[in-house]
Amino acid sequence: MKYAFTAKGESWDSEIDPRLGRTEFILIYDDKKNELSAYSNSEITQQAHGAGPLTVQKIIDLNPDILITGNGPGKNAAEVMSTSEIKIITGAGDMKIKEALEAYKSDKITG
Amino acid sequence: MKIAIASGKGGTGKTTLATSLSSHLSETQDVVLVDLDVEEPNSRLFIRGDQTHSQSICKQVPEWTGDCSLCGQCQEICNFNAVIKVGTQIMLFPELCHSCRACSELCPESALPLKPRKIGMLNQIQAGNLIFVESRLEIGEQQAVPLISQTKDYIDNHFDESYIIIYDSPPGTSCPVIEASKDADFVILVTEPTPFGLYDLKLAVEVMRKMKKDFGVVVNRDGLGNNDVLDYCDMETIPVLARISNDRRIAELYAAGELIFSTIPEFKEQLLLLERSLELSTVVDPV
Repeated sequence: MKYAFTAKGESWDSEIDPRLGRTEFILIYDDKKNELSAYSNSEITQQAHGAGPLTVQKIIDLNPDILITGNGPGKNAAEVMSTSEIKIITGAGDMKIKEALEAYKSDKITG
Repeated sequence: MKIAIASGKGGTGKTTLATSLSSHLSETQDVVLVDLDVEEPNSRLFIRGDQTHSQSICKQVPEWTGDCSLCGQCQEICNFNAVIKVGTQIMLFPELCHSCRACSELCPESALPLKPRKIGMLNQIQAGNLIFVESRLEIGEQQAVPLISQTKDYIDNHFDESYIIIYDSPPGTSCPVIEASKDADFVILVTEPTPFGLYDLKLAVEVMRKMKKDFGVVVNRDGLGNNDVLDYCDMETIPVLARISNDRRIAELYAAGELIFSTIPEFKEQLLLLERSLELSTVVDPV
């Protein structure tokens, strides 16, 4: 299973970035390889509009099964998201990455 | 003559001034009042008359034919993220589109033809001798500029230079204000004598100077706050064209949808002062 997180940093102790379109990092955890990798999304600050679709496009390219985030997608981002099979889990806005993964596994946060 | 009534700060009295100034001038001259605050047009609340014309305003946006090799040039060329390639499709976000046509023109397979999209309504109202035109942005549309620009085109096509044209502009200092004031012969900046009013006035002055506009200030709610706005105008040699008192009766009339000048003589005095300094009066009033 491949998990994507919107994150404010690059490690398990980083906080979830509650924003989807303007998240600072996208973290990918592949539980088969037990590997956490970070992708910077910093260039999004240069976009005045349309951040949601661009970030979602980037997430889709990383091909996760599940996205764990805070507030969830806006209208345009949701439209792009719906072209993929990725499951969106929201409500992790005030958690650290490791807590968010645990919360998901124990069904404390859902879609 | 085209006069734009603008402000940095919102709620300083643009509409109060625009509706009274245009109605008063229309008693002796041909005047068109145009509400260019298309995101929240409210001049109409003060204008009573008959609607003589109404039309939809559209902008041209691309539509994907669904048949292309997905080369992605459209996404690369778009500065506004209005077109992106996702998987095996091209997705369009028309509310982000600035109608620059680049994606459509550059598409090697002509897969993005332009289609009109309704962005608002334009209405014309005859109120006595005053002609009033307003445009209203469709709910959900994000861009005021194309609607403002097409409303000005309508004005230019229908009213020649014998008319005094008054633009009630949007607040702020961003694109919509620039579009609304860029071809005005004179810009009136309405402000209030408070720290907020001064802060936003400075931003608006900066914009007007950059656009090389002839402009002056009207202080509304005079007597409120402090003297800093007047000191600033003095220091920057910006003409203060009129000072409207902070008067509860004005707020009451405004809230009731009434024009101010016909009821409050002190307001009318300031209006005449403004008209004289803009050389709009036809009758010379005794000073």
